[in-house]
Amino acid sequence: MKALEIKNVSKTFGGLAVLQDVSLAIEAGERRAIIGPNGAGKTTLFNVISGVTPLNSGEISLFGKKSEHLPSFRRARLGLARTFQQNNLFFNLTLLENIHLALLPHKSPFTPKEFLEDCGWWEKRDVLVKELSYGEQRQVELLLALAQSPRLLLLDEPTAGMSSVETHKITSMIRNLSREITVLIIEHDMEVVFDLADYITVLNYGKVLFEGTQEEVRSDKRVKEVYLGTAD
Amino acid sequence: MKQRWLRFPLIGSIVALLALLTSPLILTPYGLSLMTQVLIFGLFAMSLDLLVGYTGLVSFNHASFFGIGAYTAGILVTQGYENFWFTLLAGVTVSLILAFLLGTLVLRSSGPYFLMITLAFGQMVFALAWRWRSVTGGDDGLSGIPRPELGLPISMWDSQNFYYLVLAFFILSSFILWRIIRSKLGRSIIGVRESESRMQALGYNTWAIKYLAYTIAGGFAGLAGVFFVYFNGFISPQQLDWSMSGLVILMVIVGGAGTFVGPVIGAGAIFVLQNLISAQTERWSMSMGIIFILCVMYLRDGVVGYTIKLSKKGLRNYESFRNKKRE
Amino acid sequence: MDFSSLIIQILNGISYGLLLFLLASGLSLIFGLMGIVNLAHGSYYMLGAYLGFVIIQETGNFLFGLLGAGAALALLGVVMERFFFRKLYKRELDQVLLTFGFAYLFLDLAKWIWGGVPRILPKPSFLEGSVSILGEAFPIYRFAMIVIGLGIALLLWAFLEKTRTGIIIRAGVDDKEMVSGLGINIQLYFSGIFALGAFLAALGGVISGPIVGAYPGLDFEILVLALAVVVVGGLGTLKGAFLGSLLIGFAETFGKAFFPDFAMFTIYVTMALVLIFKPSGLLGKEESR
Repeated sequence: MKALEIKNVSKTFGGLAVLQDVSLAIEAGERRAIIGPNGAGKTTLFNVISGVTPLNSGEISLFGKKSEHLPSFRRARLGLARTFQQNNLFFNLTLLENIHLALLPHKSPFTPKEFLEDCGWWEKRDVLVKELSYGEQRQVELLLALAQSPRLLLLDEPTAGMSSVETHKITSMIRNLSREITVLIIEHDMEVVFDLADYITVLNYGKVLFEGTQEEVRSDKRVKEVYLGTAD
Repeated sequence: MKQRWLRFPLIGSIVALLALLTSPLILTPYGLSLMTQVLIFGLFAMSLDLLVGYTGLVSFNHASFFGIGAYTAGILVTQGYENFWFTLLAGVTVSLILAFLLGTLVLRSSGPYFLMITLAFGQMVFALAWRWRSVTGGDDGLSGIPRPELGLPISMWDSQNFYYLVLAFFILSSFILWRIIRSKLGRSIIGVRESESRMQALGYNTWAIKYLAYTIAGGFAGLAGVFFVYFNGFISPQQLDWSMSGLVILMVIVGGAGTFVGPVIGAGAIFVLQNLISAQTERWSMSMGIIFILCVMYLRDGVVGYTIKLSKKGLRNYESFRNKKRE
Repeated sequence: MDFSSLIIQILNGISYGLLLFLLASGLSLIFGLMGIVNLAHGSYYMLGAYLGFVIIQETGNFLFGLLGAGAALALLGVVMERFFFRKLYKRELDQVLLTFGFAYLFLDLAKWIWGGVPRILPKPSFLEGSVSILGEAFPIYRFAMIVIGLGIALLLWAFLEKTRTGIIIRAGVDDKEMVSGLGINIQLYFSGIFALGAFLAALGGVISGPIVGAYPGLDFEILVLALAVVVVGGLGTLKGAFLGSLLIGFAETFGKAFFPDFAMFTIYVTMALVLIFKPSGLLGKEESR
């Protein structure tokens, strides 16, 4: 069964066609990267998939279930978790309280304590999230998503603005995730993309330009044209 | 550090409880009457705080629920339904019904729209009370409402007895609200306040959470309203217009939104101020406006909020001082 | 209702709607540019009516009353923005609470100075009397209200569409960070918009003075209608304010004609209906959920 299937999805914002007839199919357990220049519609795609932004036309299926009319919280309950491009955390609450809220709806087998100890964050449990560094907050974004015991994980530029050490940490975290979780990741950092992705979808001006394995993407002429230089 | 921190509220609560229980023995009749009002409005303000402080919804028509509870009880009593338990239940029920209805409309909006819509519907309820003379007495209101008949051999005309009745319900309601805030629902409510989009991404039905908070808040406001009409003996449309909604918002802010005890302290502070100022001048309303403005500009976290901030800072300084000493 | 009465009511609806537009446009623009819902806007209207009354009494001149009240309230608007709202920059909710506090202040001030008795403003003498429309009498003053209202609406539209200041304001409504980023002193425009909104509100108060008068309580009665307008028409758009004003104006007028006892409920029903189907107003900007 496909974890995610998008058929002919279009989204216009006041005259501007941000997504045009986009179709995607992602297998369960797959690691798919979505790349493309700024403004290509990647985050909008995530917003449409997760239900934050309503689409104008098209269909979305999550684990075989028709989802385009479901509100975002229902899609989360189907097993979809996401991180946001701009840290969207409970800044005035402690790390422990953040994780607690993430675990609450899922009748998780883990207690917040077990979860935090497991990922090595127990020491910082009483720190207010707003007092964590940017890189730490970015990691907490990922932790919140993982606390939901997701089946499909949408990561929106998880390593943006991070040092190479922090990037390495996050990349290892993602790489070590069980294949029971399907991962869809938007990234600009090509090293991360080539490290993690089984398959890559290239988006440009709201349309799917190309899809393929790493080698295919690396050698495609159009992709090279669009992406003047691939390394960060 | 957390354990030490918890000691203060516990000791404070016990002290406060003792103070409340012994007030009738210490205070003058006037002081007792003031105290009774503080409890009634304290409850009213706590119910609003559930919305303002905990859910992050600044509702400008909370007096609608207060007033409807009061009017329901008042109308029933003047129509001959004297049993207190019946009028209490009826008052709270009608407030809940209003909250159920209004909730479906006002919670479709957020931010500034929510604010405006609550204000507008608040004025609608006011207009209803004003126009519907046959039922509400119009702008003359309803008067001559006697003290509640409990069906027990205790007279509520004795202000001490009435005070204890109000206190009992105040303590019970505070307890219920406290349990709600500490529950999973309470945590969800706070989560919605902090980031509704995050909560939705985590799988919470944030509309349902807000709706629950709204109706619970409305119900408790109605409860406060019932006691108000019994205390006052009189109810008029003024008790449910914008100035009343604003008064209770002020109490929440002066005391400290989201601090649980803030609203009651705020109610106390406002009543004391009102008494002091009204003794000097007729311009209480203007003074209230000025206090409102000054508070929003300079004491936004309220008395309790500010105290908590200062003591946390003090505690942190103390900790770092102690750590330095160890080195 | 026979045809001539219908025409009269339509004209009443238009004149009332345009009056509301004076108030709602200011409210909408202030929100659009600054993110504040000015709950003291009705107070501006009321104070404008009172000041107009005082000036007309002293000078006997309606125009002086109109412009004098407008200028005074514009000044008040600037003072409020400069000394109070600016201190709470980026704290929009607190700014709204501030306006609420001012509403208390202004209401009590009006009661203190003028007491509780309503003051009716005198019409300018050349606008007294009525004309006959299809056999029904229609006050000339109401015609004047329609003409003035449309005139001001047109001027406002031209100002926003055609002048540099107007374009900057519209751009600011769209994206104020961007505008300040272009090196424009956005704070100056905040003061300006406040002044403009207060000016328009005061005009509305004086213009409606001969019909409605000035009395304590006018502030929130009219504020609620203005809020209904922006809820229905959407915040931040002038077109929305215009459409909403006419809609609410008609709802109020026809409501009063058909259900005199419960006229105001036509407004609330209208609001409720719009809310159910379009929570950000008929022409408001769509909010992403």
